[in-house]
Amino acid sequence: MMHTVLFIIFAVVCVAAAINLLAQRHPINSALSLIVVMGSLALLYLLLGAEFVAAVQIIIYAGAIMVLFVFTIMLLNAGEEELSKSSRVAIVFGVPAVAVIVAALAYILSRGAGTAALGDFIGGPKEIGRLLFRDFLLPFEVTSVLILIAIMGAVVLARREER
Amino acid sequence: MQTFAAQFANAHDLMVVMPMVMLTLFACGVLIIDLLLPAGDKRWNAATAALGLLFAGGSLWRVQATLAHQGMLGVSAFNGSVVMDPMAIFFCWLFLIATGITILISVRYMEIEQEDHGEYYALMLFSVVGMMCMASGKDIVLLFIGLELMAISTYVLVGFLRRDKRSNEAALKYLLLGAFSSGIFAYGLSLMYGLSGTTDVTLIGRRLAGLPESSHPILMLAVVTTLAGLFFKIAAVPFHQWAPDAYEGAPTAITGFMSVAGKAAAWALLLRIFAFALRYEQTIWMPMVIAVAVMTLTGGNLAAMTQNNLKRLLAYSSIAHVGYMLLGLVAWNETGIKGILVYLLVYTFMNLGAFAVIVSLRRRDLIGDEIDDIAGLWFKRPVEALLMVIFLLSLGGIPPLAGFYGKYFIFLSLIETGHYVLASLAVFYIAVSLYYYLRIINAMLMRPALDAEPIQPAFGLRLALWVTALATVGIGLFPEIFIRAAAWTMTAPRAVTQAFLR
Repeated sequence: MMHTVLFIIFAVVCVAAAINLLAQRHPINSALSLIVVMGSLALLYLLLGAEFVAAVQIIIYAGAIMVLFVFTIMLLNAGEEELSKSSRVAIVFGVPAVAVIVAALAYILSRGAGTAALGDFIGGPKEIGRLLFRDFLLPFEVTSVLILIAIMGAVVLARREER
Repeated sequence: MQTFAAQFANAHDLMVVMPMVMLTLFACGVLIIDLLLPAGDKRWNAATAALGLLFAGGSLWRVQATLAHQGMLGVSAFNGSVVMDPMAIFFCWLFLIATGITILISVRYMEIEQEDHGEYYALMLFSVVGMMCMASGKDIVLLFIGLELMAISTYVLVGFLRRDKRSNEAALKYLLLGAFSSGIFAYGLSLMYGLSGTTDVTLIGRRLAGLPESSHPILMLAVVTTLAGLFFKIAAVPFHQWAPDAYEGAPTAITGFMSVAGKAAAWALLLRIFAFALRYEQTIWMPMVIAVAVMTLTGGNLAAMTQNNLKRLLAYSSIAHVGYMLLGLVAWNETGIKGILVYLLVYTFMNLGAFAVIVSLRRRDLIGDEIDDIAGLWFKRPVEALLMVIFLLSLGGIPPLAGFYGKYFIFLSLIETGHYVLASLAVFYIAVSLYYYLRIINAMLMRPALDAEPIQPAFGLRLALWVTALATVGIGLFPEIFIRAAAWTMTAPRAVTQAFLR
């Protein structure tokens, strides 16, 4: 019972913050809403029993990545977003379309919702370490190449004109 | 006794993924060598990258020899997250060949663009690593990471010409739409994981088939979102909007690379998901595939008719080719799958050849990607014009060129399965496609040149042209000899399709 109440509270906070993120016109406000989204997601993970993922979510997303976001916004001195004609069109057609898709998803998920067993997975650091370095060793290693590409791509695209 | 390390990975595991390891090492090598090279000598980057392809080919050959020697249908490694079966090996060879030809095309072109940096070749090799993961992954986590590895390298390559506004715009559009579609695809995969409780594609397929009736709406949602992501990656209508812009803005050599290797990788991923994870859900995906195939044929062919930019025209034509390949998926029998694989193989040569000719039009101060720029090519460089005619006719599917055999198997599979309406529609669209290919040929042979600037293709470019032209004509004239020469690789599709459809 307690579990369900907590889930509903944090799920509602999460969705509300996500909507607020889109509705805000100033990037800093959006970034701050994103922190709320990340934080409530972490609590949802905690409710599922994945303590490690919850901690990582807080440290990496709500901590490190958000700091980067805020720094970038400050450095670029990004101001308030202006409403262009096309963004108004997007609102007129986009919002109803989103409503239709959400309704359809909700209908499908509520009809087909069964209880699924999570298996004997316990989200502690030990289990995650074993999964990462044994069962998913190759994807884990390929991810490091992926990160290398991302760094290199940023360098390539941001490189200063030398000629 | 097993050592501690052996429970994580051993020599066998390493042997199976050696091609990817080689490419990664050489890509890092290119990055380091680039720093040591003086500004004028950047060609050595290309040479290093090509050497990396050779080494990767060598290790791939070793994997293949092991398979043939032990008579197995595939070796898996890393606790079953990767499998080198004949299909994976077939695709890996295709990626290596396509990348080799692209490197040949690129050297002079990137010098003219004044963007001949080592990162260009390193990114290309890294993206091939991603493609190989997509072709050989047996675990949806690896498949997805491979997809992202390929996609992110390609985004950067598309925007590599930083001084060109079109290139920047194309990269941004491609990045936004690509990330969006990856999100949808990942959502579909996560639903599949939720329904089956496993990330192994074979197990997913088996468990999805055994789901109770009550989970079918969610299963439907999982299939629809996964398919939407896959259709985006192969650029099928109505998920194709990114393709013309990205193809037009990218460096021309990269346009060729994306349209050939990137597309083949997306198809490898699609076939892996369809043949394993979704193999029992045919009733759900078949109507969607038929609808998308018809839309893709129609949209691609009709839009290509009105294009005046060569790269855009070939982008729409490549969408249309995806439509034909999707028809092989509709037939879903051995001939159909074989048709798709043969199609991808011949498409690699003829499309890269056509792009090589367009690359040769790029000169110091001429972008050279409009139909007007190719006008009068016959009077300037008769040989290149003739080769372009061969590539275009092959793309149109005229026998005895290679393109004919791609379409031949697809039509055969449609007739075998009784899809006569679809077959006649496809034949109709071949006639339409001939119109826009002949438009280019007409401009080359009949119209006078609009500029007097000479065209002097570099050695690498000419080599690439001859290789692709020989393959296009050779496969077309001697398909049996070609099949026998590449015996093991070409039996791959057959062995795989039998394993799939049993």
